[in-house]
Amino acid sequence: MKIIVCIKQVPDTNEVKIDPVKGTLLREGVPSILNPDDKAALEEALRVKDEHPETHITVLTMGPPQAEEVLIEGVAMGADTGILLSDRAFAGADTWATSNTLAKAIEKIGDYDIIFCGRQAIDGDTAQVGPQIGERLGIPQVSYVEKFYLKDGNIRVHRALEDGYEIIEGKPPILLTTIKELNKPRYPSIPGIMKAYREDLIKVWTYGDLDIPSTDIGLDGSPTQVKRSFTPEQKGKGEILDGSTDEKVQQLMKKLQENNLLRRD
Amino acid sequence: MNFNLTKEQQMIQKTVIRFTKNEVEPIAAEVDENQRFPTETVEKMQRCGMMGIAVPREYGGAGADELAYVLAVEELSKSCATTGVILSAHSSLGCWPIQQFGTEGQKKKYLKPLASGEKLGAFGLTEPNAGTDAAGQQTVAVPEGDHYRINGTKIFITNGGEAGIYIIFAMTDASKGLKGISAFIVESDTPGFSIGKKEKKLGIRGSATTELVFKNMMVPKENLLGKEGQGFKIAMQTLDGGRIGIAAQALGIAEGAMEKSIRYVKEREQFNRPIGKFQGLQFMMADMETKIQASKLLVYQAAAAKSEGKPYGKLAAMAKLFASETAMEVTTKAVQLHGGYGYTSDYPIERMMRDAKITEIYEGTSEVQKMVVAADILR
Repeated sequence: MKIIVCIKQVPDTNEVKIDPVKGTLLREGVPSILNPDDKAALEEALRVKDEHPETHITVLTMGPPQAEEVLIEGVAMGADTGILLSDRAFAGADTWATSNTLAKAIEKIGDYDIIFCGRQAIDGDTAQVGPQIGERLGIPQVSYVEKFYLKDGNIRVHRALEDGYEIIEGKPPILLTTIKELNKPRYPSIPGIMKAYREDLIKVWTYGDLDIPSTDIGLDGSPTQVKRSFTPEQKGKGEILDGSTDEKVQQLMKKLQENNLLRRD
Repeated sequence: MNFNLTKEQQMIQKTVIRFTKNEVEPIAAEVDENQRFPTETVEKMQRCGMMGIAVPREYGGAGADELAYVLAVEELSKSCATTGVILSAHSSLGCWPIQQFGTEGQKKKYLKPLASGEKLGAFGLTEPNAGTDAAGQQTVAVPEGDHYRINGTKIFITNGGEAGIYIIFAMTDASKGLKGISAFIVESDTPGFSIGKKEKKLGIRGSATTELVFKNMMVPKENLLGKEGQGFKIAMQTLDGGRIGIAAQALGIAEGAMEKSIRYVKEREQFNRPIGKFQGLQFMMADMETKIQASKLLVYQAAAAKSEGKPYGKLAAMAKLFASETAMEVTTKAVQLHGGYGYTSDYPIERMMRDAKITEIYEGTSEVQKMVVAADILR
């Protein structure tokens, strides 16, 4: 079985600060991590490989040269190879142009049974790129996968809904987007780290490597543009009342009256 | 001199930091309280490929260098010195002598399962009457056909009872003194091998420390490590390297206590201000931090020398001497900084202080380290 896992390097949003004036993310000095949903996607692929050692896993990402770090991490966790799509021409892409570029790269890889994508990246939260890749490749897709089973080449997944899940069955080739509740990703292994740095397992593809017009990629290929980003205004600070239920009700009544939200007429 | 970490070392360090935070720190207090060997942690370390970190890849290890190994022991020990010494004893005392002195057959048969973590390694030199004077071995190995018949007792063996493979030492020719000692690879299921008393300890209480009892234990001749009579040399060289691991453990303990202390003095308020604002405590902490940094340089220097194939016996002894005494001093002061709270088991500081003490004792006491250094500079 051949698996492609689409992953992304993102700023660790637990560490991110927001520029109070511009409202944008202050990325400087913020550590970069492998996007959590994508890590779950990779872990699920690795579990297939644990069961079926002949499985070949490629991790694929688009980004600046330093995005190679997440491919190294992917290989250190157990992926076989990594491909980095990196070119100035790819820069400034929205989800439309990104999925275009990734789909072209996947077509170039050619042979695949399953494509795993994380549901969404924690820096953009769009959840669009995975499904768009599926559409562009013309293969079936299931999003929000929270459980995955593979038996005799047949795939069965639980697709998370707000109040339950759907059971969906399918056959390769198929694209699945995973949520981080799917599994607990393994740590990179020490031998894996050594292998990732010492063996030439990561390739870099530039614009020239893909059969795609320049109008379909990067900023030019992006029909949407970010007009403004801002931090939602802070709502008033909440207050938690202490005491027994009766005491809390008393306190609540008192506060509501004090603030003129409740009046005794 | 340059101690910038390579990208590999940085990623190994980052991984072990994450591993320690998620898997080791949450159970460290419980492991100490119940004197429980953390088997589940060792299994997780095995899955992570940590148990063969410095073993060459051809024998199933990761093929990382000595500094990467030091970083791993250091990070684990910041939260749990028990876990640190499990890895240190396994790697330095279990794997390394086979890697260094073993035949190809011995490496295939014993180093591979150690490197994969399938089996844990241990080292048995100390006896009730042969501590610092390791030459006073009373365990005896007598050749008998294809085997050696070994009788005797070892004590204070780290990973005892948990390990599957032991490097043990016995007298093959008492008339030759030091040159009459030989080393053997012994499997735990060898007939005549048994585990005696399990020690209750002041610190590293989760680490298994036991007696090994050999009663007419028959060890195949092919399990002789090195040649007959080379045992003492093998033991001393192994301990030279082991000291780097223990120095890394001591360094980690001190750093862990320092991190906790820095956080505490910023939070704890007395006289209407954080206690870290008082110069008396600031001076104490400046001394602690300086000694930690000095320890770190000594430990990394010894590790680098070993990786580069340079002589490291003196460097390792100095690193262990200074790092272990620093660990004791820093943890003692950390308890002082925490005041009454630091004396209780609600905070990890008292555990760190108890754990630090052993680093001044095992794999050669501080006094032995001074003997090694003095012997080197006065030879």
